[in-house]
Amino acid sequence: MIEIENVRKSFGPLEVLKGINLTVAKGEVLTVIGGSGSGKSTLLTCINGLEPIDSGRILVDGIEVHARTTDLNKLRQKIGIVFQQWNAFPHLTVLENVMLAQVKVLKRSKAEAEAEAVRQLNHVGLGDKLKVYPSKLSGGQQQRMAIARALAMSPDYMLLDEVTSALDPQLVGEVLDTLRMLASEGMTMICVTHEMKFAREVSDRVAFFHKGVMAEIAPPEELFGAPKDPELQKFLAATH
Amino acid sequence: MFDTALTTNDLIFLAKGAGMTLIVTAISVFFGTILGIIFGVIRYQIGPWWAAPLTFVLDIFRSIPLLIQLVLANAFVTTVLGFRVSGFAVACGVLSLYTAAYCAEIVRGGIEAVPQTLRRAARSLGMTWGQDMTSIVLPLATRVALPSWIGLALGVMKDSALVYIVQVVELLKSTQILITRLQEPLFLLMICGLFYFLISFPIARFGSYLEKRWSND
Repeated sequence: MIEIENVRKSFGPLEVLKGINLTVAKGEVLTVIGGSGSGKSTLLTCINGLEPIDSGRILVDGIEVHARTTDLNKLRQKIGIVFQQWNAFPHLTVLENVMLAQVKVLKRSKAEAEAEAVRQLNHVGLGDKLKVYPSKLSGGQQQRMAIARALAMSPDYMLLDEVTSALDPQLVGEVLDTLRMLASEGMTMICVTHEMKFAREVSDRVAFFHKGVMAEIAPPEELFGAPKDPELQKFLAATH
Repeated sequence: MFDTALTTNDLIFLAKGAGMTLIVTAISVFFGTILGIIFGVIRYQIGPWWAAPLTFVLDIFRSIPLLIQLVLANAFVTTVLGFRVSGFAVACGVLSLYTAAYCAEIVRGGIEAVPQTLRRAARSLGMTWGQDMTSIVLPLATRVALPSWIGLALGVMKDSALVYIVQVVELLKSTQILITRLQEPLFLLMICGLFYFLISFPIARFGSYLEKRWSND
């Protein structure tokens, strides 16, 4: 379970999170929508401790992320995160990309790591690209590789930060299909996305962020069908 | 048509000088690179403000002519401190620091060329700072820094000619000795140049070989 309690965060004079309260249960798929600068991406990087917070607290399975005593490297093994920019390690093959952290962080043997990497890469449909370097892959393939790389760490949670935003339109579908598959397998996910159709389809709940505030949160039928917040109504009108 | 007083023994004498050039260069580049990596990582890690004293010292080594550094260091170590050290040791010490000063900049530039987003991705997979440094930053920064580093190594090899000032008989000094005796400056300088080329060429080729090998990604 991820519990976010009254989290505030500023970048200089700009307050990007103005007291966020949110709980995500195991197995839940939460999508976060909102305009740019609404704080939704920042929230994700706060959850795995890449960004410090100013006040409030975030608990992952009861462990406080920003506590001094928390071993962040250990905690991050539970939390997979995939960014908008796919961040393939360019000097490693696809297979090595997915193996690296398994060997270094989880101390798996090379054989174990390779078996798991092959399994995950097959899972996302890259089983025929194992020995290829990332520069030879399309954006969509690199993004799927990044998802496999995160999944190979056997995380309990997946955070997905606008993973289709940097892709050409024709490549968005293959990545969304991968996420749909994950959702159907019961992975706990927080997806920040601009894909409304996708959000409507896979989410248990959808949260709308506006200017650092979580303005509305509801099951998709309700949030898209009968939005209450006036900003959300404007936002949905603009994106449809 | 062509007549020279150069004997086989003289050639061996020159080869010994070349050997000395190679040894001084190898030692200096080796220790200079290790120090340069350490200084470069420190500079990058603590930021320009805190690194200012270190940067200042390195700038001194980069801006004062090597010849002056060698003379002053030699005088300081032997006369002021009173140590009985060979010119060879002084030469290696000064050239190592000189190399380190340049190498630190190359290393810092190489690290800066690794995108922050990649390092974030590595850390978000649970990798520690050290693991990120060794598995991601080092290999990628090396690819960026290699051409400059090869240039530095070749430069140091040629600059090492200046260590004659602390009584180290390397390739150029050997040549000068022969010139004084044989009075055939152009011919001897050609042979000297050939020796320098024979040492440099493999290093340069090795650099391009590595660049080619790494170009798959």
